Amino acid sequence: MVDDTRIMLTGGHVVDPVNDVNGPADVLIAGGRVAAVGRDLPIEPGTTVIEVPRHGVVCPGFIDMHVHLREPGDEHKETVATGVAAAVAGGFTAVACMPNTTPVNDHAGVTRLIQEKAAEAGLARVYPVGAATKGRDGAQLAEIGELHAAGCVAISDDGRPIANALLMRRALEYASMFDMPVIDHCEDRSLAGEGVAHEGYHAATLGLRGLPAAAEEIIVERDVALSGLTGSPVHLAHLSSRGAIRAVRDGKARGVRVSCEVTPHHLILTDDRLAGYDTNYKMNPPLREAADLDTLLDGVRDGTIDCIATDHAPHHYDEKHAEFDRAPFGVIGLETAVSVCLDRLVHPGHVTLVRLVELMSTNPASILSVPGGTLGVGVPADITVLAPELAVTVDSSAFKSLARNTPFDGWGFRGGVTATIVGGRVVYTNAAAEGAEAFTNAM
Amino acid sequence: MPPTADVPTPDGLGAPVGLRTKDLLSIGDLSPEEIYLILDTAEAMKEVGTRSIKKVPALRGRTVVNLFFEASTRTRTSFEVAQKRLSADTINIAASGSSVVKGETLADTVRNLEAMAPDVIVVRHQSAGAGHLVARLCRARVINAGDGMHEHPTQALLDALTIRERKGTIKGLKVSIIGDLLHSRVLRSNVLLLRALGADVSVCGPATMMLPDMARLGVRATTSIDEAVEGADVVMLLRIQLERMRGYFFPSLREYFQLFGMTAERLKRAKPDAIIMHPGPMNRGVEIASDVADGPCSVILEQVANGVAVRMAVLYLLADEPQG
Repeated sequence: MVDDTRIMLTGGHVVDPVNDVNGPADVLIAGGRVAAVGRDLPIEPGTTVIEVPRHGVVCPGFIDMHVHLREPGDEHKETVATGVAAAVAGGFTAVACMPNTTPVNDHAGVTRLIQEKAAEAGLARVYPVGAATKGRDGAQLAEIGELHAAGCVAISDDGRPIANALLMRRALEYASMFDMPVIDHCEDRSLAGEGVAHEGYHAATLGLRGLPAAAEEIIVERDVALSGLTGSPVHLAHLSSRGAIRAVRDGKARGVRVSCEVTPHHLILTDDRLAGYDTNYKMNPPLREAADLDTLLDGVRDGTIDCIATDHAPHHYDEKHAEFDRAPFGVIGLETAVSVCLDRLVHPGHVTLVRLVELMSTNPASILSVPGGTLGVGVPADITVLAPELAVTVDSSAFKSLARNTPFDGWGFRGGVTATIVGGRVVYTNAAAEGAEAFTNAM
Repeated sequence: MPPTADVPTPDGLGAPVGLRTKDLLSIGDLSPEEIYLILDTAEAMKEVGTRSIKKVPALRGRTVVNLFFEASTRTRTSFEVAQKRLSADTINIAASGSSVVKGETLADTVRNLEAMAPDVIVVRHQSAGAGHLVARLCRARVINAGDGMHEHPTQALLDALTIRERKGTIKGLKVSIIGDLLHSRVLRSNVLLLRALGADVSVCGPATMMLPDMARLGVRATTSIDEAVEGADVVMLLRIQLERMRGYFFPSLREYFQLFGMTAERLKRAKPDAIIMHPGPMNRGVEIASDVADGPCSVILEQVANGVAVRMAVLYLLADEPQG
């Protein structure tokens, strides 16, 4: 059956860096794909017209290339269904989910389970990331060819680094046969030891064991060197330290195929937050110092950093409600990322909306070689509609995610999401956003 | 000696001048005036220990729980003696004898205790910040009796009482703290307290056991023990935990003693009337030579005696007003 549904988004400000669009335009969706983008497009009979609210910004769908959906194995923390509900509520039309599930996503059976759960939920697209090594044990390559055939878009042992340099080299070489990047969690575990917080003044005075920034830098330097050696693309997850950004910048200048991401929380929080031992400030890599944060902002501005990804890491309340050194690492981010980025990056002028769309849509699509990242004619109509002026107060009790472990509960931000469209279908509208009814009526 | 006219009476008759803080989790919770108030109160409390009947009714009817997740003899006994001298009802819970071994979380343990309406919980735990978690969960006042590598506030207070008794003041004294700085909660509490009261503090230890950014705490750091001891009024030694060799912190106890052990010879660089302190338990022949530990400069047992008085003072000042 041919889907001949036609939807016209009119009156919005369209931002599509790939096609150099940054201004008022209409977007016509037909059969779930983008059919046209331009000023004053003609409206044919039978077209559902959605008036984009004042100040509304229409972007290619945001892609969070680093989330943990916890299924299979830890469904008390999050499920694929709740994770994608959180994704679309946060303006994400697609997510890439890390393989540290139980069992590990190191074979096609797990990949297919995740895909089936995602299809049942029918909200955001889910791109599984396969394990780089069997069981994420860092000893032997996983069956990367099978993972690729099953639909994995990258490989990673995320949560752990690929510690052995030879194995990392082989993973890079082997995955390049399938045009898949290796995503590395950069942490020298022998140096990081039992650390739980950034090694510095605050951890020292609070009596928390330190995670030195050098533990990240060492692996970043190594991975840049190995990418240079093999010519294979490497993507470095959730970078946090100034040394790491410097190493990536140097590598890019030499032409190494390295890309990297940063989380919203590392862009706005520093380790002085640890004073009350609130475990919602405990994540790995840890919150670092002001000088690191400044360098991360530089990297976001100058292109050293390719993407903003949340590292959405749901944990159950009971697990986080524990002694700081015993609580698990990680915070959730899907439902706050857009607000954080609009309020703290776009409004203060660190980045333009165009750059934000590159960071959250265009570049992740390109790194993972997945559809989207643009509103070019013929691509699936995955669209995020932003409300940059919306006053948002974060209320974790209203999250779609099963988890509540956010550092931003109660925070106020300027900027949010109006609606999320996946494959031409409105999958989320924000009741709090002005004019969102227009989207709700089209659901 | 500081003026003692305003010292509250330990007989529980007069209304004590309280502390602003609900809990004592960190020395940072206290203003210098509050530190002096605790020390002055502790001096008055010492008198109780000299009576034939070593008991006052100040905390009669108050329930105090000693919740110890870590082995402790000195600190737990000291708190218990202090509580009994103030006539509080004392309950001791050791982690090994509790539901903790059955897998109960700290939060649940505390919620269950709270349901029995204690007035004070004294908590010792392996994790930094455990006291903060306990305090967030209960109306009872919480006293941190040592939380991981973070702090041990009553130790710093009893050290301050001991120093003040011997030296008359703390302001302007040169205090050297030597040993495993990195892992020491005694160090962290002492640095905060001594700096708050205006002492000139140096710290010394192997480079592997230094804290970053000591200058930000107003403290001088050195790896030379001779430099640290030079002209010191007070030399405080920190315990070396023998298992630290496994973390590559130092090659052997023998070399540690050679480089950082406090000997009578090294002590000659200190002021002639310098005092030697140690929070215990001591490793004789590692961080301190026996002749120094047992010598005329040592005030180590006075520290223990003062521990009871300081804990009586803290309990009295915190718990006299029922919470909630």
